[in-house]
Amino acid sequence: MFKGILKDQSVQTSIGVIFILLIFGSFILPEWMSNNFMYGMSRGLAVLGLMILWRTNLVSFGHALYYGFGAYAVALCQKFFGVTDIFLRLLIAVAAAGLLGFALGFILRKYREIFFAMLSLAFSMVLYGLLAKAEFLGSTDGMSISPSTFFGTELGRIALFNFIGLVVILAIIFAQAYLRSSLGHLTTAIQDNEIRVEYLGYSVEKAIHIKYVISACLAGGAGGLMAASLGQVDPDSMVLWSVSGELVFVTIMSGLGNILAPFIGAVIFEFIRTYAFEWAPQAWQMIIGGTLLAIIFFSPGGLWSLFQKLNFLRKKNNE
Amino acid sequence: MNNHFILQTKDLQKSFSGIIAAQNINISVKEGEIIGIIGANGAGKTVFVNMITGYLKPTSGKIHFLGNDITGIKPREATHIGVCRSFQVSQVFMTMTVKQNLMIAMSLSKKKGGQLLLPLEDEKLSKECDKILDLYKIKKQSDLIVSTLSQGMRKLLDIAMAVVGNPKVLLLDEPTSGVSVEEKFGIMDIVISALKKSGTTVLFVEHDMEIVERYVDRVIAFYQGQVICDDTPKKALKNKKVIQYVLGS
Ligand SMILES: Nc1ncnc2c1ncn2[C@@H]1O[C@H](COP(=O)(O)OP(=O)(O)O)[C@@H](O)[C@H]1O
Ligand SMILES: [Mg+2]
Repeated sequence: MFKGILKDQSVQTSIGVIFILLIFGSFILPEWMSNNFMYGMSRGLAVLGLMILWRTNLVSFGHALYYGFGAYAVALCQKFFGVTDIFLRLLIAVAAAGLLGFALGFILRKYREIFFAMLSLAFSMVLYGLLAKAEFLGSTDGMSISPSTFFGTELGRIALFNFIGLVVILAIIFAQAYLRSSLGHLTTAIQDNEIRVEYLGYSVEKAIHIKYVISACLAGGAGGLMAASLGQVDPDSMVLWSVSGELVFVTIMSGLGNILAPFIGAVIFEFIRTYAFEWAPQAWQMIIGGTLLAIIFFSPGGLWSLFQKLNFLRKKNNE
Repeated sequence: MNNHFILQTKDLQKSFSGIIAAQNINISVKEGEIIGIIGANGAGKTVFVNMITGYLKPTSGKIHFLGNDITGIKPREATHIGVCRSFQVSQVFMTMTVKQNLMIAMSLSKKKGGQLLLPLEDEKLSKECDKILDLYKIKKQSDLIVSTLSQGMRKLLDIAMAVVGNPKVLLLDEPTSGVSVEEKFGIMDIVISALKKSGTTVLFVEHDMEIVERYVDRVIAFYQGQVICDDTPKKALKNKKVIQYVLGS
């Protein structure tokens, strides 16, 4: 599956961009900026998960379910087992979300379009309801997450930032290997023609299920890393429907064109939010809404297609 | 049921909310036979193909394949046991290139699950794929997006995608409709000779009687959901009922 993956151009670009970012973030950028990069990269994992689903024309309006589930899995394991190791945290978040996705996938895989989207949303609202009621997890206040450790030593902010960067690189390698495989190409094939896929002897539902679990794992990982970097989990910022909406928003904004796009989109989103909040604390949602409108009107392929256009113009000018 | 036959149907019947689209269909097919299915529009040819390949569940009756009851199996199970098909309206992946279409079909047909995880652009697979594209005369169109192709080209691709699964029985629903008159024979030559070589049993729906005469061992004629004639092409094309209800004169 991974044969020759490092020769893949988008993987090479992604690794390059992230390495540069890690160097800048570790040594040069002010804290608020590198924090935004850290949050953006973490959430980008969830956006990548949505993008992978979206390539089969499946939109999940409830991906905060897995994002929040990953985050709360980290919180629970800290509370009951004292787990703070960053590797374990990531593993737990991914595994918990993956298992949940595997279980719910048996239901979801039968649905398409708006039913698929809304069913995900419904499940996420159930989780929200449960968490908001769960007093041992702090109800709507949530609970705080203690700093992560690495083999017993506490992990500083910069170390965590670099860890997240490396996780993103691994996720990109995995996702690209999946998407370029025959199984991954079934994505487009299913979108085009489910009947033909069945007649080629493959179960469309199974292919969607696999994709759904991958997507859930990515969202869960995002939630786990976000919990670790924010030092806090609560239902409103982890599981509420608006969180799912934001993830869909960022997916549209990023575009489906490239494996790096979700991360660029998620980082830009963090910055837009920070600035919007600063300039117009009362109306920051309006700015975000306006951004989405602008993208849908002027660059429906997302930011990525904008980059491509710019690149094209530059090449044309050089000729 | 007789194991001597690769495919047999017993009193196959299909009705759609009262309208009978197939009834009393009893057909026995020997391994390696090439059979032409003829009949006017609406005679029930596609319904027949759909029932055999698991797209439609018969209302009653049985289908046996190599002695096993396969009535009402799922499409992908039909593919797994070696009953494959092409479609009257080609079912291909419209937004992908010709080559990607065929590569997906090929990698799904490799029974080793491993191929699914290999890159689609696998070199070995790619070479095999080029050979097949060449055979079906769609090599030049390799990198074109399928939605830009003519109906006829899509048809060819559709057939190629069914054939790479190495079927034991292949059902082709109007393989030459939409293919230009000049190309029809060339293509059928390629398809049929390749299938004969591999010993594949073929049932194909066809409107062009020249094609039928040239390629088939046996003709099955449909009229209003029933088989009105099951004979050699020579005799079938002279059959009174066939002349009246199929050839339309
Ligand atoms: N899914 C369906 N629902 C209702 N009627 C159908 C359906 N499929 C086929 N029929 C009817 O069955 C009859 C046979 O159709 P078909 O097998 O497609 O004819 P053809 O011989 O031209 O391929 C027609 O009268 C058609 O209207
Ligand atoms: Mg028909």
